Amino acid sequence: MNPTDLVERPYLRDDLPDFRVGDRIKVHVRVVEGERERIQLFEGITIRRRGSKLSETFTVRKVSFGIGVERTFPVHSPMISRIEIAAPGQVRRAKLYYLRDRVGKKAKVKERRTV
Amino acid sequence: MAETKGILGRKVGMTQVFEDSGRAVPVTVVQAGPCFVTQVKTPETDGYTAVQLAYGVARRTTKPLAGHYAKSGVEPARHLVEMRVDDDELEDYPVGTEIKADVFEVGDVVDVIGVTKGKGFAGVMKRHNFAGLSATHGTQRKHRSPGAIGACATPSRVFKGMRMAGHLGHRRVTTLNLKVIKADAGRNLLLIRGAVPGPRNGLVMIRSAVRLRGRAQQRTG
Repeated sequence: MNPTDLVERPYLRDDLPDFRVGDRIKVHVRVVEGERERIQLFEGITIRRRGSKLSETFTVRKVSFGIGVERTFPVHSPMISRIEIAAPGQVRRAKLYYLRDRVGKKAKVKERRTV
Repeated sequence: MAETKGILGRKVGMTQVFEDSGRAVPVTVVQAGPCFVTQVKTPETDGYTAVQLAYGVARRTTKPLAGHYAKSGVEPARHLVEMRVDDDELEDYPVGTEIKADVFEVGDVVDVIGVTKGKGFAGVMKRHNFAGLSATHGTQRKHRSPGAIGACATPSRVFKGMRMAGHLGHRRVTTLNLKVIKADAGRNLLLIRGAVPGPRNGLVMIRSAVRLRGRAQQRTG
């Protein structure tokens, strides 16, 4: 155990689903605009998960109006209200950077079949 | 409570926490206190004003020190450090006062004093951020050297203070104006925004920011 673990523990979240690299997920992001707060959806393929414990982050990539958009979130960030797994993916890499060079049908990830 | 506050502690390590706004903040965890006031220095007896703080569990206490602790009624401690305070603050610190992590509140601005990690004998590139010499163009065995250190027959000496290779680290450093993110007196923990001098388990002193004395502390973000 690291000596700083006790400090981190109250910040860790256990309410998020267990998603993997390759999964298409919907991230419900809390957006604060002045006084108002609303939920924004960011849907895309998880192309990276890195780090551990409180500093773990993941990156979601989507193609929006022909432009590739990637967003990196801390897994335990309070800005994430909820995560949904839209489609589990079957991949053979830990980091899906190759998706950046592909467009259209080639940029697809095979769906994972759960038994 | 007096304006000048201070506590001794041990650096535990660094991590990050999330603010309410969702921002991740880098913090140093410090095991701070409890400290005890063992001596109060007054202008009449010592010519200046300060309080002496004791922290930690003593491994061995010499006879003279044992007497010093017995006089103040405080258990022998491992570290004794003085903190300068103003004349009118002395009455806030009678001998024997216990100081815990909750002397500081969330949002307080503090200075942290520690002894940096020793780096040993270091060259000019590491010690003074020199650029070194060229990697190519015929440079021979001089890639990390400082280059010229002065002129020739005039002044025929090297000026004092010329930056050269030498011992790096293991010196007292004060990091100014760090913000307290959390104070937990129950577990004797302080979370301080940003990095703090010294290795893990190193002794650090945390005191109210001197640069902000007499100014409203809320202004610093």
